[in-house]
Amino acid sequence: MSFVGIVLVSHSLELVTGLKKLLVQIQPSVPIAVAGGDEEDGLGTSAQKIKEAIESVYSDKGVVVLFDLGSSLMQTEIALEWMENSENVKIANAPLVEGAYTAVVQSGCGSSLEKVLRAAEEARQMNKTIS
Amino acid sequence: MISVEQFLKWIRFAHEKIQQHKNELTELDQAIGDGDHGVNLARGFEAVVQKLDAHEGKDLGALCQEIGMTLIAKVGGASGPLYGTAFVRMATAWKGKQSVTYPEFVQGIEAGANGIQARGKAGLGDKTMLDVWLPLADYLARETETVSWKEVERFVYQQMKSTESMEAKKGRAAFLGARSIGHRDPGAVSSYYLFAALCQTMEMKE
Repeated sequence: MSFVGIVLVSHSLELVTGLKKLLVQIQPSVPIAVAGGDEEDGLGTSAQKIKEAIESVYSDKGVVVLFDLGSSLMQTEIALEWMENSENVKIANAPLVEGAYTAVVQSGCGSSLEKVLRAAEEARQMNKTIS
Repeated sequence: MISVEQFLKWIRFAHEKIQQHKNELTELDQAIGDGDHGVNLARGFEAVVQKLDAHEGKDLGALCQEIGMTLIAKVGGASGPLYGTAFVRMATAWKGKQSVTYPEFVQGIEAGANGIQARGKAGLGDKTMLDVWLPLADYLARETETVSWKEVERFVYQQMKSTESMEAKKGRAAFLGARSIGHRDPGAVSSYYLFAALCQTMEMKE
């Protein structure tokens, strides 16, 4: 079975490295890649790193990209423009931690790209304090 | 109107101004953003001028492409993709040209401003660098080759200063809402230095 790949984009390499650890624990079979920090791993984002991360988990099943703040979206858009074929790559309008969590669970079920993307974006409505 | 040689002079002046005002840009960004604007942009322009040393003899399009890609790669904050996209769009407008006429030059600036708008999805009055770029593109489009660059510099300064009373709608400053009022937008200020360097270059020619 193949899975939708998940890419985590952040200004901080430590942030996404830690998040990836958390996600691998839930679903070890889902391909997850991180693009954190600028070229020198300082705080910032890098379109080149994002492109490489997407390519490393790319399959016909597709890839969902989650990002943290401001320039990570712009750098992700640039990364997609640099790719020859980015049709199966979707940027999720979702909170990074909760969105990645729900996306990985959904991907682990073997769901389609659209379903994984929706799962990530539905995390925006997640109610965190009342069960 | 502007040759490769003058263009290089412009970018080198811009580099000097960004380095000189690095701390000021950082302080402005600390007030309403994440405090990395000065350092990031200074590092980006340092990388740009190093590339330019090795690439003299290229046309304006190739130079702008090189500058844009370098800024995207080296500036980790939002100003990298924004300034980078502006120069990449200018590269398309000036492709293969050793020099550009005044109308061609203005087309390049307009393309750059539109690129920033497309990338950052900001509008006029959102307290961003666009509040310098869009009015400048319009101003230059209304003028001709005989434009007074001293006046252009004054105009750009006023546009930059006008961001002080705006409430931020984009970027980290937007998290502050009304508390962003009273501070100049760091991207508008660095754009002012970029265009002040242009005016300085053009005045030397006059």
